[in-house]
Amino acid sequence: MSAPLAPARPTRISLAVRDSSTMLRRNLLHARRYPSLTLNLLLTPVMLLLLFVYVFGNTMSAGIGGGDRSDYIAYLVPGLLLMTIGSTTIGTAVSVSNDMTEGIIARFRTMAIHRGSVLVGHVIGSVLQSIISVILVGAVGVAIGFRSTDATALEWFAAFGLLTLFALALTWIAVGMGLISPNAEAASNNALPLIFLPLISSAFVPIDAMPSWFQPIAEYQPFTPAIETLRGLLLGTEIGHNGWLAVAWCLGLAVLGYLWSTSKFNNDPK
Amino acid sequence: MTTPAIAANGLRKSYGDKTVLDGVDLTVPQGTVFSLLGPNGAGKTTAVKILSTLITADGGQAQVGGHDLATDPQAVRAAIGVTGQFSAVDGLITGEENMLLMADLHHLPRHQGRRVAAELLERFDLVEAANKPASTYSGGMKRRLDIAMTLVGNPRIIFLDEPTTGLDPRSRHNMWQIIRELVTGGVTVFLTTQYLEEADQLADRIAVLNNGTIAAQGSAEELKRLIPGGHVRLRFTDPAAYQGAATVLRDATRDDTSLALQIPSGGSQRELRSILDRLDSAGIEADELTVHTPDLDDVFFALTGATQTTHQPNQPEEAVR
Repeated sequence: MSAPLAPARPTRISLAVRDSSTMLRRNLLHARRYPSLTLNLLLTPVMLLLLFVYVFGNTMSAGIGGGDRSDYIAYLVPGLLLMTIGSTTIGTAVSVSNDMTEGIIARFRTMAIHRGSVLVGHVIGSVLQSIISVILVGAVGVAIGFRSTDATALEWFAAFGLLTLFALALTWIAVGMGLISPNAEAASNNALPLIFLPLISSAFVPIDAMPSWFQPIAEYQPFTPAIETLRGLLLGTEIGHNGWLAVAWCLGLAVLGYLWSTSKFNNDPK
Repeated sequence: MTTPAIAANGLRKSYGDKTVLDGVDLTVPQGTVFSLLGPNGAGKTTAVKILSTLITADGGQAQVGGHDLATDPQAVRAAIGVTGQFSAVDGLITGEENMLLMADLHHLPRHQGRRVAAELLERFDLVEAANKPASTYSGGMKRRLDIAMTLVGNPRIIFLDEPTTGLDPRSRHNMWQIIRELVTGGVTVFLTTQYLEEADQLADRIAVLNNGTIAAQGSAEELKRLIPGGHVRLRFTDPAAYQGAATVLRDATRDDTSLALQIPSGGSQRELRSILDRLDSAGIEADELTVHTPDLDDVFFALTGATQTTHQPNQPEEAVR
């Protein structure tokens, strides 16, 4: 990592792994001890799922070109799984921002530990939380009737990989947002795009149903390619160029978020 | 000659156009207590932050534990322990979890980590509170946990940034005791404080930081000698004895309303004997004799140019340098 360490110490990699796993344990302890933030953030996608299926469901299913409510459930769930990740990472921004105001971060900075481990611990912890949240929202989806269409084991595996990669990318961005936010309120405001973007993606209505001037924005923002790819993997719809686009977005955002976050974290604290 | 625990040369730091440290030189020998004394905003915390690798200096250079701050900060970090002004504990987890976190970050084997954590919790009287979240601790308990966490890695150099600010008198004395025990164990302590008594009680050497520069440094005694103002005060109840004494002791300042005389004196045995001899030979007995030596308050106010000195004339800074 880009931490200003002394020239290659033999134990650097093992130091990084060891310290990162210590920091991960710390973050999981926080999440386990104070689950309310994670649970609150889960409410948004679950409520939206129920709202769009049971309240707007009839109109919406007409909007996707006919079909009944179960068709709309199938259409909606992949987008909401990705929205769940966006929602969970708002929690990441808030908890990183909170953490940076704690004196213990100053202590970590004066200890001979791997510098990046503080952030890596946050990221891995947050990706794990995202995966758990996706599983919970997915379970609600299955409970109200979502079924995949003949997805093979490989396709399930790829879907899981995509969700994890997407979570990793958004989490690094959220960590950066947390680092530039002076407090929890600012962090949750700064991270708002992470839950706003899915609303203007193909999660709820097809891109074709949007005004033509808006379609390119909706089509090429990070959520839509990921949603279309996930639909393709689970429901057998056309993936096309969305697969590569989704992977490119994820890798790009992950690298960008990583570089941004580590450079912010390596700056002198105020 | 052994290398000093801390050696700094010309440290500078500014934030925007505000200069916080303007060329600070320090040397702290191993196994001693060094106190950086100064009013709020003098730059004490900034000095600690630089020397503990938390922030980088704009200029100057320093070695801590024999390692250069700029070129090998990681080796400096391995040698030091830091307890900042605001408690550096994780409030969301328990005291014991905080200790085990430190043990893990110092890469102690699991059983050894548990043993060290248990010993330190015991030593700092935190056993009962060990399973409560640190955010529920009182100020004194947080500070004790903070120091206990700092000690997990057995550092040879410890930075304590205003360790007793905001503590009640009992907690403060406990903290002093802790610091004395550390020094007995051979640890070097770099202490910042705004309490003169604290520096007087604990420090081998004191540096007074004012406006980003060291206004004076030395032992408490040396600093006190920089400032005139020691005197012997004699009080009488008999006006005749008072008049007699005033005649015998010509250099005394008279206070006719309270029948008291103030004689300038460093308070040494010889000076006292001379005063007593002169009184004896005149057959006069004072009802009360008190010796006033200048305390660090006098030094502090004189050096930092504060105006609220009560019984001492204000010494301009350049007069004492």
